[in-house]
Amino acid sequence: MIQINNLWKSFDGNQVLRGINLNIIQGETMVIIGQSGCGKSVLLKHIIGLLKPDHGSINVFNEEITKLSDKNLYKIQKRFGMLFQSAALFDSLTIAENVGFFLYEHSDLNNDEIMKIVNKNLHMVGLHNIESLYPASLSGGMKKRVALARAISTNPDVILYDEPTTGIDPIMAAIINNLIIRMQKELKVTSIAVTHDMTSAYKIADRIAMLYQGKIIEIGTPEEIKQTQNETVKQFILGNAEGPIYSKFEDNI
Amino acid sequence: MSILTKDIVAQIFTRPFRIRPILHQMVVVGLNTLPIASIMAIFTGMVLAVQTYYQFRQFDLETYIGTVVGLSMTRELGPVLTAIIVAGRIGSSTAAEIGSMKVTEQIDALRTFGVNPVRYLATPRFIALVTMLPFLTIYTDFIGILGAYSISIIKFHIRSSLYIDKTIHFLDPPDVLSGLIKAIFFGAIIAIVSCHKGLTSGEGAQGVGRATTNSVVLSSILILIIDYFLTIILP
Ligand SMILES: Nc1ncnc2c1ncn2[C@@H]1O[C@H](COP(=O)(O)OP(=O)(O)OP(=O)(O)O)[C@@H](O)[C@H]1O
Ligand SMILES: [Mg+2]
Repeated sequence: MIQINNLWKSFDGNQVLRGINLNIIQGETMVIIGQSGCGKSVLLKHIIGLLKPDHGSINVFNEEITKLSDKNLYKIQKRFGMLFQSAALFDSLTIAENVGFFLYEHSDLNNDEIMKIVNKNLHMVGLHNIESLYPASLSGGMKKRVALARAISTNPDVILYDEPTTGIDPIMAAIINNLIIRMQKELKVTSIAVTHDMTSAYKIADRIAMLYQGKIIEIGTPEEIKQTQNETVKQFILGNAEGPIYSKFEDNI
Repeated sequence: MSILTKDIVAQIFTRPFRIRPILHQMVVVGLNTLPIASIMAIFTGMVLAVQTYYQFRQFDLETYIGTVVGLSMTRELGPVLTAIIVAGRIGSSTAAEIGSMKVTEQIDALRTFGVNPVRYLATPRFIALVTMLPFLTIYTDFIGILGAYSISIIKFHIRSSLYIDKTIHFLDPPDVLSGLIKAIFFGAIIAIVSCHKGLTSGEGAQGVGRATTNSVVLSSILILIIDYFLTIILP
C-alpha cells in the first residue's frame, strides 16, 4: 500500500534520512520508534507529500507521489488523516470548526449534520462541551485530542499519528491507544504511528520499525522487537542510559 | 513571488467562488484602517493647507489652496499614504498571521485536508485589498480635503464658496481616477508581499518577526517605486 524506497533527505547540510526502505501493508498499524530528532516527523511528512525527498521514491495507493502535480497530490492527501506532533489546530477557528473543517470544505452536509459528527468524534477522544472554544484556551493534551478528532473526521484510508500519546495522562493515553486499535479493527484504516511511548507501541503495533541514523535498522512484530539481539534497539526499548547510542554521543563530545 | 501572484490570480477563477472569506477580509481591512487613516488624512490636509498658505500668500494666491490640496491629495498623497498605512496595519498582521500558521504547521495541516493554502489564505486577502484600497483612498482624499478646507476657512478666513469653486474647477475626473488606479496596484503589492513573507516565514517567533518587518519594509518601498512609474504612465 505504501512503499518507500531508498529515501534521502537533508536540510541545509543536515543529512536526516539516509536511504529509508519501508513497506506498509494495507490494514496494519506500523509504529516507528527512534530518538528525538532522528527524523521520524520528517519521514511522516514525506509519506503524506508535505516534504519532497532529495532522492528516492514513495509509492502510495499505486501512485508515485514524489512526481505528482499539486492538484493530483491534493487528491491523495485527502485520503490521509494526520495528527501533527504540535496538534496544528487552526487558531482562528473554533474547536467545532476545526474538527469539522474537512466536512465544511469538501462535503455537502449541512451544519447540523456536521455538528453531529463533530460531537461524536470529540466524544470518542473524551472531550465534551468545548465546541465553541478556541484552541488557545485548551491544554496541550486537549489540543492533541482535538487534533485526533479532526484527523479521523475525514474518514481516511490511512492515518498518520505523530506522537499521539505524548503529553497526555496515562489513562487518556490508554483510551487513545484503544481508539487507534478500534480505528484499525472497525474501519480497516492503515496506520503509521510515531511514538517514544513503548507501552503504547507494544499495544497498538502490528509491526515496529526503529529509525536510527537515517535508516531503518530493525523491523518486526512487537514480540520480535522485544527479543532483538541488536544492541542499539535493545538500549532504546529498555531505555538504558548506556549502550551504543550513548557511546556515540560520548564520541562526539 | 511571481509564482505566488500567478497562483493567487489562478485561484480567483477556480470554482467554487467563495464570497464569505472575502467579505470577512474586507471588513478587517476597513475597520482596522479607518481610524488611523482618518487621523492621517485630516492632519495631512491641514498641514498641506498651512504650508501652501504661507508660500502662496506672498503672491496673493492663497485662494488657490483648494486647488493645490485637491490635486496633491487625489493624485499622490491620498493613495500613497493610505497604502503605506494599510501596509503597516494590514500587511504586517497578514504576514504575522500566515507566518505563525506556517511555523505551527497549520499550513501543512491545511494541505492534508486537501485545501490549497494560497486559495484559502492569500486569494481572499488579495481580493479584499485590491477592492478596499480604492475606497479607502477616496475616503482619505475626502477627509484630507475637508481638513484643509476647515483650516482655510477658520484660520485663514478664505471665503467658502471661493475655496470650493477653486477646488472643483481644477480637479478633473482623471486626477481622481489616476489615484484610484494607483490604489489598486498598491493593494495588490501589499497582498502579494505580505502573503509571500508569511508563507516563506523562517522558524520560530524570530522567523515570524522577521517576516512581518520585511513585509512592511518591502511593500512600502515597492509602493513608492511603483508610484513613480505609475505617475509617469498615467495621464
Ligand atoms: N523544515 C525543516 N527545516 C530544516 N530542518 C528540519 C526541518 N524539519 C526537520 N528538520 C531537522 O530534521 C531533523 C529531524 O527532525 P524531526 O522533527 O523529524 O525529528 P523527530 O524524530 O520527529 O524528533 P522528535 O521525536 O523530537 O519529534 C532535526 O534535526 C530537525 O532539525
Ligand atoms: Mg517529531
